Amino acid sequence: MDLSLERLEQRIARQANQPRALRFARRHPLLVLGLVLLAIVVFLAIFAPWLCANDPTEMNVIARLKPSSAEHVFGTDAMGRDIFSRTLHGARVSLLVGFCVALLSAAVGIVVGTVAGFSRWIDAIVMRFMDGMMAIPGILLAVALMTLTQASVQTVIIAIALPEIPRVVRLVRALVLTIREQPYIQAAHACGTRLPRILARHVVPNLLTPLIVQASFICASAMIFEAYLSFLGAGTPPEVPSWGNIMADGRSVVQLAFGVILYPGLFLGLTVLAVNLIGDGLRDLLDPRIAKKL
Amino acid sequence: MNSTHQEAATPSQKPALLEVRELVKYYPGRGVWPKPQPIKAVDNISFAIGYGETLGLVGESGCGKSTAAKTILRLIEPTSGAIVLEGTDIAKLSTSQFRPYRRDLQIVFQDPYSSLNPRMRARDIVAEPLQNFGRSGDCDDDKMAALFARVGLDREAMRKFPSEFSGGQRQRLGIARALALNPKLIVCDEPVSALDVSIQAQVINLLEDLQHELGVSYLFVAHDLAVVRHISQRVAVMYLGRIVEIGPVGELYANPRHPYTQALLAAVPKVGAGLAREKTLLKGDLPSPAKPPSGCTFRTRCPMARSECAESSPQLAAQGPQHWAACHFI
Repeated sequence: MDLSLERLEQRIARQANQPRALRFARRHPLLVLGLVLLAIVVFLAIFAPWLCANDPTEMNVIARLKPSSAEHVFGTDAMGRDIFSRTLHGARVSLLVGFCVALLSAAVGIVVGTVAGFSRWIDAIVMRFMDGMMAIPGILLAVALMTLTQASVQTVIIAIALPEIPRVVRLVRALVLTIREQPYIQAAHACGTRLPRILARHVVPNLLTPLIVQASFICASAMIFEAYLSFLGAGTPPEVPSWGNIMADGRSVVQLAFGVILYPGLFLGLTVLAVNLIGDGLRDLLDPRIAKKL
Repeated sequence: MNSTHQEAATPSQKPALLEVRELVKYYPGRGVWPKPQPIKAVDNISFAIGYGETLGLVGESGCGKSTAAKTILRLIEPTSGAIVLEGTDIAKLSTSQFRPYRRDLQIVFQDPYSSLNPRMRARDIVAEPLQNFGRSGDCDDDKMAALFARVGLDREAMRKFPSEFSGGQRQRLGIARALALNPKLIVCDEPVSALDVSIQAQVINLLEDLQHELGVSYLFVAHDLAVVRHISQRVAVMYLGRIVEIGPVGELYANPRHPYTQALLAAVPKVGAGLAREKTLLKGDLPSPAKPPSGCTFRTRCPMARSECAESSPQLAAQGPQHWAACHFI
């Protein structure tokens, strides 16, 4: 009894002496793992031009479908392009698409959802429109949009964000509907706060926490979505080395050079895992109440 | 309305700060079948509050006392009736016309936890009403610290978030927010019922001290009769959306006329009371305000009910100086 108490005290003392970062890592191991993984991918993406000896679009007919070597770490594809360089540059596209989609859908979601939550007739119109959008499968909507417009990274971002928006609007609206009934909103009314200020000061800050968590999941699914679209040929233009495009190119030569699909696929999986881990970790960290409910 | 009702609205001689006349709040009933009946949350009540006076408003849960209190601040829009603040009927003003009057009417909420925005610092919470009325100049550190000191919070408290305070301290914050604009009337919507008994006394004493210093009036909504007796000069008893008895606190507690008031007072636990009070315990629950009983709404639970109670609704009738009750048999 005394011994175990003593041991416990020792452990507490030891933990108290640890640096804060280490204690944080012990308490949220998955969040930290996700952050580290994402940090690595972000680092590789940013410094891709300096890390790669070869240009990602430079073709070399002599060095086609080469296995890993000192010169081509991940080998080469059917046109002799360096897979390592292409994968690292592909990370730029994926991260850009992921973050932009998350940011765009969250921003639209906050504005539309908050307005819908506070105005009954706008709510009726907007939510029926959102229901309509949700009835269209996201991938079809995105493919349709991509065929109607010229392929570029911006249009891919819009095409992926568009099907996500109704879901964010619904989430925000549901949150706003509960927040608006909180006594502190009534208190703000009572002390003369005008509606725009109530929204900005009292409503939006209180829905950010669950929204950040949702946005991180959207970021992860947007990266996968981008790979789908590119793989189907309806995504980023073929000259842009995105993970989906690289894998699409590698599809026909998978038996000859497995690396063409393997490496971008591995990166995609790890990056999505990292973002999802961060989302889970943030949820536990920011709002333990929600974590229990979900 | 008849004259007795009008009289009941007048407080003790002094001119009234706030007069509520025939206030009604019906909520539309829900559903399609059977035909929805309006829910009569507040059904024609009148009362008045004088300068520096505390009017206690008591009744059991669901009797409409909170609705009545919030209607006065127009946090809930009244269905009909007049709310006269120093001669102006604020119930008839548009939202923008009413806004300046919010400076005179403030509220302290029941729940000290959910009535403070968890994402704002204490200082910003208390400064908000001042900023809303263009008085950001009064928000400097010293003036805010003085306001915090007035409710018994120290300077350090200004930087904290609501979650760092105890329940009693949070309620002090709520009171500071209500005081910031120097209101004439503070509606206290069960301000102590969520607090520990030991903390309740502190908050009640704080409210009393503030009234002595500032001359602010209170509409004190509560279900705890002991607390109401302590703080109020006059008390109104509500049952199912109506005031059944209203009178000076000493008179009403010593000589309750309405059977409902008698039952409420009999239910207050007493320590070492020598003379046992005649026990009139209430049977049953509060009827639904969507389907109130005909005639006297209290008849379904009243020990004195007779057939005539079902036919006509009793009006408030004078029982003594400043004392009115609504019952056929008194």
